[in-house]
Amino acid sequence: MSTISTTQVISDSALDKPRTGTWDGGNEPFNASYGKLMMWFFLLSDAFTFAAFLTTYGLIRHRHLAYEGTAEAFKFSSNYWPIPEKVFNSFPGLHGIDLPLAFVALMTMILIFSSVTMVLAVEAGHRFDKKDVQKWLLWTILFGTIFVSCQAWEWSHFIGGTDEGTLMNDGTRFFGANLTVNQYGPVLFADLFFFITGFHGTHVFSGICLLIYCFIATTNGTFEKRGHYEMVEKIGLYWHFVDLVWVFVFTFFYLV
Amino acid sequence: MANHAPEHPAHTGEIAKPNTAWIWKTFWVITAITALEFAIAFVMPSSTLRNSIFIILTICKAFFIVAEFMHLKHETKGLIWTILVPMSLLIWLLVALITEGNAIHKNIF
Repeated sequence: MSTISTTQVISDSALDKPRTGTWDGGNEPFNASYGKLMMWFFLLSDAFTFAAFLTTYGLIRHRHLAYEGTAEAFKFSSNYWPIPEKVFNSFPGLHGIDLPLAFVALMTMILIFSSVTMVLAVEAGHRFDKKDVQKWLLWTILFGTIFVSCQAWEWSHFIGGTDEGTLMNDGTRFFGANLTVNQYGPVLFADLFFFITGFHGTHVFSGICLLIYCFIATTNGTFEKRGHYEMVEKIGLYWHFVDLVWVFVFTFFYLV
Repeated sequence: MANHAPEHPAHTGEIAKPNTAWIWKTFWVITAITALEFAIAFVMPSSTLRNSIFIILTICKAFFIVAEFMHLKHETKGLIWTILVPMSLLIWLLVALITEGNAIHKNIF
C-alpha cells in the first residue's frame, strides 16, 4: 500500500498534460500518429506473409512441368501444372459455358471498387461529414461481403468439380478437389489455391468485421466526440492492403 | 499520452464540399490497367515476355493503390523508405526461390 503512495511523486495534473519534448515522447516520428505508424508496420509484416505464400507458389510451379500446347487442347492431368484459364472458367448461373477468368475479373473489380468507397469514407471523415462516412462505410461493407460470397461460390465450385471429372490412375473418376487429391493437376495446385485465397479471404472477413465496428462507432458519434475520424483511416489502410494483395494474387495465381 | 492525432477544434456543423476527383481518376487508371491485363491474357500466348508485362502492370497498379489510396505518397520520406526498403528484400526472395524451383525441376525431370 505504501509503495503506491511513494511512487506518486509527480502530481496528477502534470501527468494529464500531453508531453511535448522530443525525448519524453512528445514528438511524432515521420509526422504520423502512433496508430497509423503501427498499422503500416503490421501491414509490412503481413505483406511478408503473403509474399512468402506467393513465392512458394512460384517455387512449386517451377518445380513441376509446364503445360505445352494450345489452350483448346488442354486436359487436366497431374503430370503438369494446369493453366488457370481452364480451371477458373465458370460463372454462377451459366453452367457449362467456357468463360475463362470472367468471374475472377468481376471479383477483382468488386474489390477495387470497395477500395474506392473506402477512400470516399476516409475523405468524408476529414470533412466531419458523419452521414457520408456512414454511407460509404456501408457501401464498402456491402462490396466486401459480395467479394467474400463470390469467393465462397468459387471454393464450392472448385471443391465440387466439373461434370466430367478426371480419370485417375486407379481407374476411378475424381471430381473436384481436397487437400490430398484433385482433378485439376498436381496435389499442391489445389493446396496452394486453398491456402492463398483462403488466407486472403480471412483477411477480407476480418476487414468486414472492423468496418462494421467502424460503422457502429460512427453512428454512435464516437469519432465525432473524439475530434477525429482516424480510426476510419487506419481501418482504411488495412482494407486497401487487402485489395493490394488481391491485385498480386490475381496476377500470380490467375493470369501468369 | 502524446502522439495522438492533432486535435481538431470541435466541429462547427459546417460541412465542406467533397473533394473526390482524384479518387475517381485513380479508380479509372486501376480499372484500365486491369482491363489491359485481362486483354493480354487472351491475345498473347503464354511466355516470359507476357509474364513480365503482367508483373510490370501489377506493380503499376500497386503503386496507385499504395501511393494514392493508402496516401503513402503524401507521407514523409522517412516513412516511404521504411516501407519500401524491406519490400525490396522480397525481390531477392522471389529470385532465390524461383531459381531453387528450377533446380529441383532439373533434378526430377
